[in-house]
Amino acid sequence: MTQSVVVQVGQCGNQIGCCFWDLALREHAAVNQKGIYDEAISSFFRNVDTRVIGDGGSISKGKIRSLKARAVLIDMEEGVVNEILQGPLRDVFDSKQLITDVSGSGNNWAVGHNVFGSLYQEQILEKLRKSAEQCDCLQCFFIIHSMGGGTGSGLGTFLLKVLKDEFPEVYRFVTSVYPSGEDDVITSPYNSILAMKELNEHADCVLPIDNQSLFDIISKIDVIVNSGKLGKTVKPKSLVTSSARALKNRQEKPFDAMNNIVANLLLNLTSSARFEGSLNMDLNEISMNLVPFPQLHYLVSSLTPLYTLADVNIPPRRLDQMFSDAFSKDHQLIQADPKHSLYLACALMVRGNVQISDLRRNIERLKPSLQFVSWNQEGWKTSLCSVPPVGHSHSLLALANNTCVKPTFVELRERFMRLYKKKAHLHHYLQVEGMEESSFTEAVSSLSALIQEYNQLDATKSMPVQDFPRLSIAM
Amino acid sequence: MSIVTVQLGQCGNQIGFEVFDVLFSDSYCSQGLCSKKENEAYQASCKERFFSEEENGVLAARAVLVDMEPKVINQTLSKAAQSGRWKYGQHACFCQKQGSGNNWAYGYSVHGPRHEESIMNLIQKQVEKCDSLSGFFIIMSMAGGTGSGLGAFVTQNLQDQYPNSLKMNQIIWPYGTGEVIVQNYNSILTLSHLYRSSDALLVHENDAIHKICVKRMNIKQISFSNINQVLAHQLGSIFQPTYSAEGSFHCRRNPLGDLMEDLVPHPEFKMLGVRNIPQMSENSLAYSTFTWAGLLKHLRQMLISNAKMEEGINWQVRPPLSGLPALGKMSFNKELHFNTSIANLVILRGKDAQSADLAGFKDPALYTSWLEPDNAFNVWKTQRAFNKYEKSAALVSNSQFLVKPLDVIVGKAWNMFASKAYIHQYTKFGIEEEDFLDSFTLLEQVITSYYNL
Repeated sequence: MTQSVVVQVGQCGNQIGCCFWDLALREHAAVNQKGIYDEAISSFFRNVDTRVIGDGGSISKGKIRSLKARAVLIDMEEGVVNEILQGPLRDVFDSKQLITDVSGSGNNWAVGHNVFGSLYQEQILEKLRKSAEQCDCLQCFFIIHSMGGGTGSGLGTFLLKVLKDEFPEVYRFVTSVYPSGEDDVITSPYNSILAMKELNEHADCVLPIDNQSLFDIISKIDVIVNSGKLGKTVKPKSLVTSSARALKNRQEKPFDAMNNIVANLLLNLTSSARFEGSLNMDLNEISMNLVPFPQLHYLVSSLTPLYTLADVNIPPRRLDQMFSDAFSKDHQLIQADPKHSLYLACALMVRGNVQISDLRRNIERLKPSLQFVSWNQEGWKTSLCSVPPVGHSHSLLALANNTCVKPTFVELRERFMRLYKKKAHLHHYLQVEGMEESSFTEAVSSLSALIQEYNQLDATKSMPVQDFPRLSIAM
Repeated sequence: MSIVTVQLGQCGNQIGFEVFDVLFSDSYCSQGLCSKKENEAYQASCKERFFSEEENGVLAARAVLVDMEPKVINQTLSKAAQSGRWKYGQHACFCQKQGSGNNWAYGYSVHGPRHEESIMNLIQKQVEKCDSLSGFFIIMSMAGGTGSGLGAFVTQNLQDQYPNSLKMNQIIWPYGTGEVIVQNYNSILTLSHLYRSSDALLVHENDAIHKICVKRMNIKQISFSNINQVLAHQLGSIFQPTYSAEGSFHCRRNPLGDLMEDLVPHPEFKMLGVRNIPQMSENSLAYSTFTWAGLLKHLRQMLISNAKMEEGINWQVRPPLSGLPALGKMSFNKELHFNTSIANLVILRGKDAQSADLAGFKDPALYTSWLEPDNAFNVWKTQRAFNKYEKSAALVSNSQFLVKPLDVIVGKAWNMFASKAYIHQYTKFGIEEEDFLDSFTLLEQVITSYYNL
């Protein structure tokens, strides 16, 4: 089995990361009743004997002593990381696997990327190498960051190039939080577009998320939970937004709930690689199946169900509802409507008590309402993992390589152009060493090229499927 | 003579387990419906073919388990050990940490050469435990990365290292609507390579077996376990012992050799399909009785009309009257096309098998003109019942069964290839567009050959 390392960068990245580790611990605690350090846990955690002085001897088998997350925490301000290190998860993190500074990046991609990038390059390399050495077989780096700020966006994408050069064989999966419409950071379009260029060139796979969608999802859950209309109670642990903290604190900050959704995304993505099932799907299969051309590696995700009602018997109708919901635009983690756009490929990762017949029945049922590109009419990748998430009997993660991601990029480019035309705030960037106007024009043309690819695919949508003439054999 | 089984990838290992389980439980089941002496000969033959005996008398499967990641092999080993009746050998498995990522090129070009020595050594150890080797039975899927890519590599190696032994590949065709998006690429690469290095390709389609589970077995929520058990039943009914020419207390010695001799007269035609009858759930078995005449009539019509299961058989399809060309020579539009065979093998197991009348299968109209019907058709028999079915019949056929599905897969792969989608994932590991074109060419040739029977 392989290991993965999570690199959380910036405020957003670290907050989401923290929720992820909390949920990961809960999941493994629920599955691993005997407290034995097994291969599933080792994918994200090291087993360490803290009594051993020095590096903390890593133990590969036997009882769990102390679990340490395979994580590197990076932030150019101290506040968030300090809060994590003083919080309930403080023992889970290796205090040496951090890089912090005091001044922050001022919501400036150039500061994050150029200034802090060069300043901390050596340290970053050192921490990453250390994490890699502690892995038996490192398969994937998960980078979590936001696009709109300075650190997550700038330093986060600087990291990508470092990872690509230093560990070319290891996958780079990036979870990127895109700025919403009413984002309060004025320069977020600049930061996002500059970061996009790096994502285009150096990421293997990007899972775009936006805050508006996450917020809409938690609002919907709130309505259901508080309305009492259904006449049944929702199991609190089953909320896709729940965490140990949220259970205690009724008036939770919305960000906690939103971050938990993303944390669940990452857990479900890796579940079939960590746990057994009748049709396994490893992380290397994600990019193999969902990335038909190297530049088109943006995957729209949706998680269902959002909650489970307290009754234990799940009739097949509800199981089928889970599949239907996965394709509705209300369940996507970015503002997108996959049903009315073109699918290049789709993955369905199912967890829990679901069998191949349920999966097939639902694919047959939903296929007619979805449009797939002509050369991939049956573009489905499926997996069945036996272990459900905590609090659920089954769950579904759908990953779509779909042209519905285009509007997000188009809108981002429009917001960028509105600022750029007036040269608003540009001097903050240009005064950073290594930044020129060409950095901006190159970044926006990289994005335009990507949008153009999606446009060309969309143009094929209404054309009839044409079979290419086959090779003819002389007998 | 013994058969060494190589289980590759998740699919190969999951199925392999079910196969050995059904072989064992059938061998040792009490409802053999035959004499004690016959039963003993049956058990001994099954044991010689598939199991070796370890020191404490426990039977170990003559199998090598190969996978590029550990989860499935661990599960398979523990399921076998849990049964308490048979197990896998102690050093019979080869495992790595990181799978093949559904990438045929990775399985073939990276894992293959890297682990060639270790895997071939394991196989050699199993071979050494056999007094006399009939050949290899390789279980793999076409859609993934390990079974397909590494499977093709291993088969090639077996051809080089054991040129005098036979190789039969059991290939699983994936569901038509996706299990893996690049399954059509992986499939054409696998089939074209195996066509050059394997002696026979025994094919099972997930879609067909799934329908059997739905319609015949009455299972509500079908799992891969159910599917694999139906498959294992079909394979068991082919590979369990049958009478040799010397009489009922002697079993055929060389099952693989006999299969090849009976079914693969020409290297251009090596795709074999399997049908069996009756198909029903264990609960219904107790209430059903059959006659050989009834079973064989249905089986013959399944052959002629290319039906995949006992239900929904098209009785309108008829063999051509002698002298006239075959009705609807396998064209795309005609519904009533007749399935022409090169060779057929029927295996009868159960009460009064000796008395069953197989004249219907010897009709020259069923076959191409190359072989005399007496040579084109063979039958193996045993009175010993299989897997609690009082009477059961299996048909292994080298006919046009698989040409349409093959055509469909090649068509889909070709369309995807024309758009160049996913090709970068293969060229990254040394499989170039040239290799794809070679595969397409070979398979178009096979398709044309079968269509023109």
